[in-house]
Formats: sequence, C-alpha cells, structure tokens
Amino acid sequence: MSAVPFQPSLGRSKMIARVLQYALHIALVLFFLFPLVFMFVSAFKGDELQLLKDMGSMMAFVPHGDVSGKNFASVFSSSSFRQAFFNSTFTVSITVILGILVNSMLAYALARFRFRGRTLILTAIIALIIIPFEAIAVPLLMLVNELPWFSGTRGWLDSYQVQIIPFVAHAFSIYLFYQFFIALPKDLEEAAMMDGASRLRIYWSIVMPLSKPVIATVAVLQFLSRWGDLLWPVMVVRGDNYATLPLAMQTFFGQYPRHWGEVMAFAAMATLPTLSLFIVFQRWFVRSAISSGVKG
Amino acid sequence: MHKALKTSEPYRIMTSNPALTSGASAPSIPSSAKRKGRLTPWFFAAPGLTLLLLFLVLPFLLALVLSFTDQRLVTNEEIGTHFVGLRNYIRLFDDDSFWAALRNNFFFVVIVTPIQSALALLLALLVNQKLAGARIFRTIYFMPVATTMAVVAVVWSLLYAPDQGVINRLVGVLSFGMVGPQDWLRNPTLVMPAVMLLSIWQGVGFQMLVFLAGLQSIPLDLYEAAKLDGATARQQFLYVTLPMLKNTTIFVLITTTIYAFQLFTQVQIIANSGTPAPVDSFRTMVMLMVQEGFSNGKIGYASAISVVFFLIVLAISLVQRLLLKEERAV
Repeated sequence: MSAVPFQPSLGRSKMIARVLQYALHIALVLFFLFPLVFMFVSAFKGDELQLLKDMGSMMAFVPHGDVSGKNFASVFSSSSFRQAFFNSTFTVSITVILGILVNSMLAYALARFRFRGRTLILTAIIALIIIPFEAIAVPLLMLVNELPWFSGTRGWLDSYQVQIIPFVAHAFSIYLFYQFFIALPKDLEEAAMMDGASRLRIYWSIVMPLSKPVIATVAVLQFLSRWGDLLWPVMVVRGDNYATLPLAMQTFFGQYPRHWGEVMAFAAMATLPTLSLFIVFQRWFVRSAISSGVKG
Repeated sequence: MHKALKTSEPYRIMTSNPALTSGASAPSIPSSAKRKGRLTPWFFAAPGLTLLLLFLVLPFLLALVLSFTDQRLVTNEEIGTHFVGLRNYIRLFDDDSFWAALRNNFFFVVIVTPIQSALALLLALLVNQKLAGARIFRTIYFMPVATTMAVVAVVWSLLYAPDQGVINRLVGVLSFGMVGPQDWLRNPTLVMPAVMLLSIWQGVGFQMLVFLAGLQSIPLDLYEAAKLDGATARQQFLYVTLPMLKNTTIFVLITTTIYAFQLFTQVQIIANSGTPAPVDSFRTMVMLMVQEGFSNGKIGYASAISVVFFLIVLAISLVQRLLLKEERAV
C-alpha cells in the first residue's frame, strides 16, 4: 500500500488506482478549502444582501458583483481590530521570547549540572506536563486577581502581564529543551570551559546557537497555543484595550446589527498572519506539530 | 509520560536520546571555584522554577483546596471563606447542567475521536503515496490547523446559516433533496454534530502528521519481504502497516480524547452567536467551569469542576500508559 516505487509503464489496475487517488484528493481538497475560500470571497463582497443571497449557490465561492476592499477598510479603521492585532502580536511574542530563555535555562541546569534535588525537579516537571491549563484556570484567576504589580496596584486583571507571565514557564517546553540538551555532544562546551569561559557564556554562545531546531519547535508550539487561546482572555480581559484577536473576534461577531461582510473580513485578517507564517515556515510547523503530540 | 515516548516511533525526530533515566549529565570537568559552582545551577533554574511554582503548582494545589471551600471571586470580608467539606462535589452531582456538560463532552468524544483518527489515517496514507502533488495536498490538509479556532467557529457559523446556508444547500444536494434546510446552531439535537464537523475539519490535519511520521518510520524491508511472499497491497496494509502503527494509533486516540475534553473555544463562540440552542445542549465542562467561576464568581464550585476535569484527563493518560506498557511486555 505504502511507497510504491514509480514505474514507467503502469499496469491497468495501477492506473485505475492512481485515478481513484486523485479523485479522492480532489474531494478532500474541496472539503478542506471551501470554508477558507468562502471566508476570503465573502470578505470581498461589499453588498451584504448579495453575500447572503449567494449562500444558496456556487456564487458563494465566486467573487462577483460589488467586489471591493470596503469591508477590510472599515474593519481596519475600527480601533478594535488594530488594537487586538497589536495586543496579540505583543503578548504572544513576549511570551515566546521569555519562554525560550527561561525554559532553556532551566533545562540547561538540569542537563548539565549535578545538584541536590535535580532528579526530583526533573520528575516533577515531567509530571506537571499532564496538567491541562483548563484544570488550573479558575484558581489562577483568583490568584492573579490578588497579585501586586509594580505600579502599586493589586490585581492583574485587564493588563498585558496577566496574558504573558503565567505562560512563560512551560513544563513541556522545558522537557523538549532538556531532551535536546542531553543529546548534544559536550566537547565544545568542555573546550570552552578549559579556556575559562563562564557557564552563562557557554550557555549563550555555544549551547543556544546549536539549539535552533528545538528553539523553533518550542516557539511554534507556544505561538500556536497562545495565539488561538480564547479561554484565558475571556476570564481576565474586559473591554477592547487588552483584548487579543480571538476575544476581539468573539466581540465583533456578537455585535448587532451583524454585518457578515465585515465579520468575514475580520476573520480573514485574523487568519492571514498565522496562515502565511505556516506556509513560509511549513517545515517547522510540521515538526512542532509532531513533537507536540507528546504532550497529551 | 516519557515511557510513551520511547515506544512510539513518531517522536524519533525530537527524541534522539531519551536518556531520561540516566543520571550521567554532570559536567566532567572539575570546577575550581566549588562554592561559586554550587550556586550556578540555581542561577539557571531559579526563574523557571519560580514561575512554575507560582503559576502551575500553586494554582493546581489551590484547585484541590478551594474545591472544599465556598471561596468566591470577590471576597466578602464579613462573610469570609469557609471549609464546606464535600458540599461542592455533592452539589455538582446534583446539578443537571453538570451532567449535561459531561454528556456533551462524552458525546463529542465518542463520535469525534474515532472519525477524526480514521480520517487522519486515511489522509496520512494518501499523502504518503508517491504521487505528484502529494506535498501540496499535505499542506492543504494541514492549513486549517494553522488557522485560529475562534475564527474557524465564526466562519462555520455563517456556513451553518439556516434556510439559504451553504451547509444546508450542500446537504440538500448530497441527499438529493431528501433533507430539508435545518437550523443547525439552534436545534438542540443538531448543534453538537455541527460543532463536531467543524472541529474535525480544523483538527484532523494535526493527527494526519502524527500518522505520517509513524508511517515513515516503518522499515521498507518489511514491505519488500511481504511482497516476496506474495502479499497483496491490502494484505500488506493489514499485516504490516496496521500492526506497525499500533503505538501511533493508541497515541492519536488518547490525545484526541483529551483534546475533546478540553473543548471550549468552538462552543463559546456559538454561545455568543446570537440566539443559539438551549445552553445545556452544547455547553461543555470547561465552558461550565468558566461560567461558574468567572461569570458567577463561584470559585469553590468551579474548582470542584476543575478537579473532576483533571481526574478525567489523568485517567485517560493512565489508560494510555497501561496500553503502551502492555505492548512492550509482549
């Protein structure tokens, strides 16, 4: 079944099999693409009544009639989209960058030092992987509601830090870094140590540059899970100031009177960054998706 | 968890050396400044450990403790918080909404897990063929995974529009007009199937990749040997591919089940879609937990839901461990 080598003269049955495979692929491509095509096409339809009328026919997938960027323009000029786009980009990128540093440092300590409590910490971190965020969200909400901040205020609700700091340390990322580090040859590090390099320097100038594959994996995983999260913003954010894209999408979607053309333009603009990142960095996405499976 | 890694093939990519149990990770170089050296690992570990303790371990323990109290989100100084024993749990088991949520979750799991896993296997087998364009097909099947779930749910709720909706039209054509237009998101019996379809659409590409990695790790000589013995393509699939994919399959089934229990974003968006079906016909455990803990401020009660939720996820993970252990013992 799998990996049949290509033969120049295909037998009759193989030809039929090949045609069937393509037919199946075409059906599947239609299934996986039609909602996305529908979203983009509808976003370009300036006439709301026509958009709704088209839904009963193939015209739902054909840009026609009043084709314009009107919907995009009006979504983009409303402050909530731009603010949400900035909020998502800002909170997710800071979380990812801090996460790479903090998690790799902890993993480096576990992989390259022998100290009291090392085994215990390692076992505990592996055990923590199993705790889903959903199971701690409610007490975490109560906790962040009581935490002080530098400005002297108490309670982190409606802020950037509440969407960043709790997600920086991540047990599964630590585990991925740890696995990568223990497989790295130590020769270079030992040579550097002979030359009197400090541990911090070794970590920063030797280990991290060698760890690009795992850094990419961890970054993609954290990016996807944070970018799409709706649960936490629903609980800790009120209003538009700190809302990320999923929450802003929910709010925009729930507004009346609902203008579907604009809702689809909002959806398209919220999707485009992740979709284009995926197409450019496909290799990393694929690799991360496979390794993320371990999380369970 | 790590035991599963060693036995399952797909993780080879990441786990080239799962030497978790070996303690041989200390530096082989003697440190001259011993005292200073003793603090160095803690310098590296401290930020991560502090954050893990504060934002993962502490809330987890809090969930356990709070589930036995009447803690509220906004604490009232006069009334205070009391230990109430098992009251939250007893109320939970008397709560029809809780059972409805649990039923919705189980319904979702029972339908989505097998269908999504089977479809993922089919997709993986298809894109694993040496066929021109296979890579493009793989990219397309994975594209929904790279979109945001909140967006997916919004787009699908327009597709599900009553009367003249795209899905209604499609169902009408495919059933040769036998099935009339439905109000998918308002009909209490149809709303969960509608959520299931969009969830499978969004998620299946992910499991496809896991299966693909499993397929590609099967040694080709096995197929050669089978062919020499005159095995047909069907026999090769049944007696080589499927048995070799056993661990991958267990893994996919288990993770899909756990994802299914975490179901939230899709149903949350549908709850905000205007006039949805009666809430108990599609509310999940996580959504109920958010509403009780956040909207109603009943932290103690919501913590009890969290604990039950965690126990379910834990039980599923233990089943996975057991299945994979059994496999290795053979």
